[in-house]
Amino acid sequence: MSTTSTNTSAKSGFLSLAALQKAVAFAVLLALLAFFSIFAENFAAWNNMVNIMQATSINGVLAVACTFVIVSGGIDLAVGTMMTLTAVTAGLILTNLGLPLFYGIAGAMAAGAVMGGTSGAIIAKLKVPPFIATLGMMQIARGLALVFSEAKPIYFNDTPSFQLISAQSSITSLIPGLDIPNGVFVMFGVALIAAYVLNRTIFGRYIFALGSNEEAARLSGLKVDFWKITTYATSGMICGIAGLLIASRLNSAQPALGLGYELDAIAAVVIGGTSLAGGRGTILGTIIGAFIMSVLTNGLRVMGVLEEWKIVVTGIIIIVAVLVDLMLRKRM
Amino acid sequence: MKKNLFAAALISTALISAPSFAEDVYFPIIAKGFSHQFWQAVKAGAEEAATRNGVTITFEAPNTEAEIDKQTDMLNTAISKAPQGLGFAALDSQAQVPALQKAADAGIPIVAFDSGVDSDLPLTTCTTDNMAAAAAAADGLAKAIGEKGKVAAVIHDQTSATGIGRRDGFLNRIKEAYPNIEVVDVQYANDSLKAADNVKAMLQANPDIVGIFASNEGSAIGLAVALKETGAKIAGVGFDSGKGQKDAIMDGTLIGSITQNPVGIGQCVVDSLAKAVKGEELPKVIDTGFYWYDATNMADANIAAVLYD
Repeated sequence: MSTTSTNTSAKSGFLSLAALQKAVAFAVLLALLAFFSIFAENFAAWNNMVNIMQATSINGVLAVACTFVIVSGGIDLAVGTMMTLTAVTAGLILTNLGLPLFYGIAGAMAAGAVMGGTSGAIIAKLKVPPFIATLGMMQIARGLALVFSEAKPIYFNDTPSFQLISAQSSITSLIPGLDIPNGVFVMFGVALIAAYVLNRTIFGRYIFALGSNEEAARLSGLKVDFWKITTYATSGMICGIAGLLIASRLNSAQPALGLGYELDAIAAVVIGGTSLAGGRGTILGTIIGAFIMSVLTNGLRVMGVLEEWKIVVTGIIIIVAVLVDLMLRKRM
Repeated sequence: MKKNLFAAALISTALISAPSFAEDVYFPIIAKGFSHQFWQAVKAGAEEAATRNGVTITFEAPNTEAEIDKQTDMLNTAISKAPQGLGFAALDSQAQVPALQKAADAGIPIVAFDSGVDSDLPLTTCTTDNMAAAAAAADGLAKAIGEKGKVAAVIHDQTSATGIGRRDGFLNRIKEAYPNIEVVDVQYANDSLKAADNVKAMLQANPDIVGIFASNEGSAIGLAVALKETGAKIAGVGFDSGKGQKDAIMDGTLIGSITQNPVGIGQCVVDSLAKAVKGEELPKVIDTGFYWYDATNMADANIAAVLYD
């Protein structure tokens, strides 16, 4: 993954701002791991590291989806409920229609792309602010998930291979003892491809251009509307992958779930150093951000800290992350 | 299951043909929702009792359990029809008291169901005793672990009446009846995914846990997922039903669960209203009961009738 992925931050010394932010985020992650290893009994066991990776996988993928949109200067509040609707879509295709696994996977990702693209079109063509457009899409997706599923979970008992996507561990058959569930590899795979797209392709460069200065991008001949819609559609498609992961892990599409997941995803993006103002951010930072959140949640749970306080601590971490970001930018 | 209940309702229509009221008696029933299987079962019970008592009912509910205003509109419309009685499951135990006051002023008997209303207006409330039901879950868990060892609980919510009732019912029962069982952790999660991660962290912190109670369908599915993923051989007990939970009990991931009696709730509402019209006294609360179910009795007729997918 590239470490220089912003076109606004000047290089200072030998570290770019983005690299410094990632270094800080990574240091925080290591500090948390060290802290819990000392103070939370049984935290530092291999199987707990597997638990943490698995707990990160779904939020990690959603956060990658959010990163695209946020770097482009937008926001997507619908990622959580779009994830749910794509999971329901997979359920309808695999369980209700009884089609093979491939159609379920393709259908979920296509449903996500269509919904994301619709949000993008509403934002680009109808000039509705992203916050409002995706707030609407969040409700539309939630409502449709309930309608299509008749407000009942859809189970994947007829498609045993569906378990392969997230819950099962294929690598353990190659390397016995390395029981990392497939969902974790899916997250890292999605992150690698996303980092490549964001840093090494024209599309990625356009996303940064949109987020840095949309007017300048338009004046320099960029088809702003088209690339905006594409950005949201890509984000939606990645939500479809998250939908497959959660449905596979729970062996069911749970239609009532998903509200609130967008906040965890956005928090991971922000903790990872991506600017909510757009034009600046990295996938590696986002993944580190997602890990910081799940290490915190897992560690506090293992320590036996009250649920209520866990929520408070997560809030504090988000604010501190943004403060650190502001401080670093002033210094540069 | 719905079919069975309808069949039961049809049979009772055929068998009982002597209405016990001289003139037409009409009870509007306003529930919290109708899309969930739980409410369909309540409706089927109410319709069965309506046929049995020779009364007419209507059964309606807002689209979601958040639409308190819609439900209040329904309540006002129902009252304006001057019915002989009114069944009501309040979405908000306080907000709808003024509307109910209108019904009481008009002399319409009110029976609350599922959740109570913070007032003396309802003649009675047909509901599950959540404390007692969770105590039965504690008994089932205790029996499975030989009445000793460390246990934990995943509760679906820390503020609602059902969440608090089921948590305290479980904890109190363990404390009072099982001195050799220690509750080492209580976590909160309604969302299956979060419940699964919660349970795994609990097992990490306390590897010697021998049993876990999950207080609703969502948390029970999460518990089952966590037990499958970790392969932990401990006793898991759930609450309510749903296909995921039933499957987990059938394949041995969970040892059993508690089901409420939605059909009984529906019957209780209409029966109580019919009694009220006849001027009979009603107790303040009617416990509509609950059942412990596991792989051995899931197929029994009385249990299968109250389970839903």
